[in-house]
Amino acid sequence: MDAWASAGEVAAAVVEGRASAVAVAEAALALIDERNPILNAFTATTRERALAKAGAVDTDRAAGKALGPLAGVPYAVKNLFDVAGQATLAGSKINRGRSAAARDATLIRRLDAAGAVLLGALNMGEYAYDFTGENVHCGPSRNPHDTTRMTGGSSGGTGGAVAGGLVPFALGSDTNGSIRVPSSFCGLFGLKPTYGRLSRAGTFPFVASLDHTGPMARSTRDLALAYDAMQGHDPEDPVCADRRAEPVLPELTRDIGGLRIAVAGGYFESGALPEAMIAVARVASALDATRGIEIPEAARARAAASVISATEGAALHLDRLRTRAADFDPTVRDRLFAGACVPASFVVKAQKFRRWYREQVLKLFENVDAIVAPATPFSAPRIGQQTIMLEGAEVSLRPQIGIFTQPISFIGLPVVTVPVPLSPLPIGVQIIAPPWREDIALRIAYALEEMKVAAAPRPAG
Amino acid sequence: MDADADDAIDKLIDASAVALTLPIDAAWKPAIRANLEVTLRLANIVAEFELPDEVEPAPTFEA
Repeated sequence: MDAWASAGEVAAAVVEGRASAVAVAEAALALIDERNPILNAFTATTRERALAKAGAVDTDRAAGKALGPLAGVPYAVKNLFDVAGQATLAGSKINRGRSAAARDATLIRRLDAAGAVLLGALNMGEYAYDFTGENVHCGPSRNPHDTTRMTGGSSGGTGGAVAGGLVPFALGSDTNGSIRVPSSFCGLFGLKPTYGRLSRAGTFPFVASLDHTGPMARSTRDLALAYDAMQGHDPEDPVCADRRAEPVLPELTRDIGGLRIAVAGGYFESGALPEAMIAVARVASALDATRGIEIPEAARARAAASVISATEGAALHLDRLRTRAADFDPTVRDRLFAGACVPASFVVKAQKFRRWYREQVLKLFENVDAIVAPATPFSAPRIGQQTIMLEGAEVSLRPQIGIFTQPISFIGLPVVTVPVPLSPLPIGVQIIAPPWREDIALRIAYALEEMKVAAAPRPAG
Repeated sequence: MDADADDAIDKLIDASAVALTLPIDAAWKPAIRANLEVTLRLANIVAEFELPDEVEPAPTFEA
């Protein structure tokens, strides 16, 4: 099969006997061998496991058993997901000394149950405290559209693997933007669900009160396929909501004509390069979204998310900072040390502000069904780039990358990032929905894809 | 940041290192100070926002 085939196309070919799952897995593994030395997306492959799983899918088909919706579909996971038999790296050197995971993360078990075939673990920024996709221990993830450029992070390998055609979809995590940023830089569809929707059990944490998991793919349909297979309560994640699964795939094609869609103004219109605003304008125009809306105190929300991240992250890593400080990525270590020094009263105020801000933003959804906003203020910067010119001033690059994603994940709203295929590089736009309404964001993303406004561009060469 | 502010942040880092038994190498301190300055600036942006006493914090957030 074509390496660019969608997850849905692969599953259909396997179910109908036009392709064997083993042949699909072997071809994908061969492609990883060929391209990963350049993309640096995979940090480990699970070849034996993949071929065994694919063989079991083929055996089930031969026996006439019903196959799952992801039968024979290759996928991979950010290396903070537990994979049985492997140490969970979370992008670090320190975790290489951890015991191998005794079993897979919940989401991997659910995808396997749907017939998907895990091919390996993916590069990421250390301990997910990253927006670039660079990693001092493993080398940077490289953007398939221009390998001198960042994938974005922290789910950098996830972006590179999917945009590079190595797998049709892969899993990432998002605390402040780590699914939406690489989706934007790599030109992919990314789903950051409502906080508490998808299980985080068996993933290495960063900021417990902000961590989400979710899929990235080259189409809305594939996002929905993966998302539907992973939904459902998980008692092993105390944050995972006790809600029934709400399958989205059957809803994707529903008309969006009745939806009230607004464009975020104010904060979301400044601090960006022209490509971000061009992408938003294209999406808004296609959706006939003429109404502007102000998300109140978004700058303060971003500030509060940063404070909570620095301090919760520092608390998580305090023992490692005491005993293994020299083994951290120095830039991560220095941010964590700084987070450890922040007085607790600031953190409590940030959490109080969070409650207030949530109430204000939820009021907006009484009058709109979705909000459109840029995902990143610019397309993928060069690997190693430290600063960027914004509004006439040279500013530190890294913190700017998440300015539009942080105020949204801060209150756990579901978001689909859609890729707008600008030249020379794609850039993403956030479709933001009320809590538990991933279906709205995914329906809008699908409509934009149908209108050819959103598309995951295939890298040249 | 002026010299006095730098000095105050350095003292906060030193005090935190003692309180939390953190082995902070002197060579790391300028970068830690730079990060802490940013985080404290952001923290103050939040802190100066007036909220009623009754507003509940959301450490375990539910959407």
